[in-house]
Amino acid sequence: MQTADQTLDEILTLAAAHFKVPRETLGPDDDFFKTLGVDSLQTLDLLTRLEHHFHVELPDYELEGVSDFRTLASRIQARL
Amino acid sequence: MRTLQEQPRGESHSGHSFRGQALSWQLKHGTIELALYREPCNELGSLALDELEKFARALESLQPEAHALIIYSELKCGFCAGADLRELYHRWQGMAKAEGLRGVRDFLERIHKVLNTIDAAPLTTIAAVHGVVFGGGFELALACDLIIADKMARFCFPELRLGLIPGFGGIPRLKRDLGNGVVRDLLLTGRSFNATKALQVGLVSQMVGEGEALRVARATAVQLSKFDRETAIAAKRFIKPVPQEELRQEIDIFCDLFGRPVVQAGLKKFVESTDAQPYLP
Repeated sequence: MQTADQTLDEILTLAAAHFKVPRETLGPDDDFFKTLGVDSLQTLDLLTRLEHHFHVELPDYELEGVSDFRTLASRIQARL
Repeated sequence: MRTLQEQPRGESHSGHSFRGQALSWQLKHGTIELALYREPCNELGSLALDELEKFARALESLQPEAHALIIYSELKCGFCAGADLRELYHRWQGMAKAEGLRGVRDFLERIHKVLNTIDAAPLTTIAAVHGVVFGGGFELALACDLIIADKMARFCFPELRLGLIPGFGGIPRLKRDLGNGVVRDLLLTGRSFNATKALQVGLVSQMVGEGEALRVARATAVQLSKFDRETAIAAKRFIKPVPQEELRQEIDIFCDLFGRPVVQAGLKKFVESTDAQPYLP
């Protein structure tokens, strides 16, 4: 099974590619709403992409209040 | 000469096509294509309902020449985000409670009539969905015989977050198609499903790559055209009864719930939210 650090790295890489920002500008503790400027529809889009990438289900309510990549990675890691 | 977009609202420019402010339809090679394009995400308010009613009336004259209907969205955000909650909230603010409840019931009766017409139409109906398929948008898709989903489609009934149940026929139609456990999960948690999950539980008939749903729906419509139409209609009537009694009950339950302060508070919170996740409670 992959490590939490690997999961976090994959999320950052996927977010950078999808939102077309340099990977090095994204940090684990960044607020992705602010860093990426995503709205509610883009948040859903990102959620769907993460579910497909990691082959997991992420109920929306598990992500309530989650705004940084590190916590997001921990939620995904818990379902791998 | 006027372009199609410059036609006065609601003016049909031919017997086989129409272009309005929220949607258009066109009959071509035996397939009717109903396209949704009302910004921001095809919210179903009074304008969309007016045009859907026009479509439901036109369907009677179109269907003898058609074997299939495809409903899809031209907007990037998705298929449809559901009822126009902002319009609903602002209308309600200007009305006495009894008058508001009459208005809500009237809206529900009208949209049920449209969706029942689509549900029972004597042709095969396909919802080609992508992105957001929420609330009333999900209910519109459920009225169709087949749902073909882009892999980025997301399905959700967020109504309980507002203190309501789905009001456009969602639960009776979902119950018709799926096991009750899945229905309860969607309804009682308010969580959203992606297309993979929707395929696993039997909600969608096909999951396709990004941007491919309409193409696949069109290919499916061509396949349908090969069959004897009378047989296809008989098969549909046999396997897809419209759950009329439960649909009536749903309107009553929705209206009973709607007048409560908790619903008004939920609508107000949603309308005034600037949060990136306004669909969460």
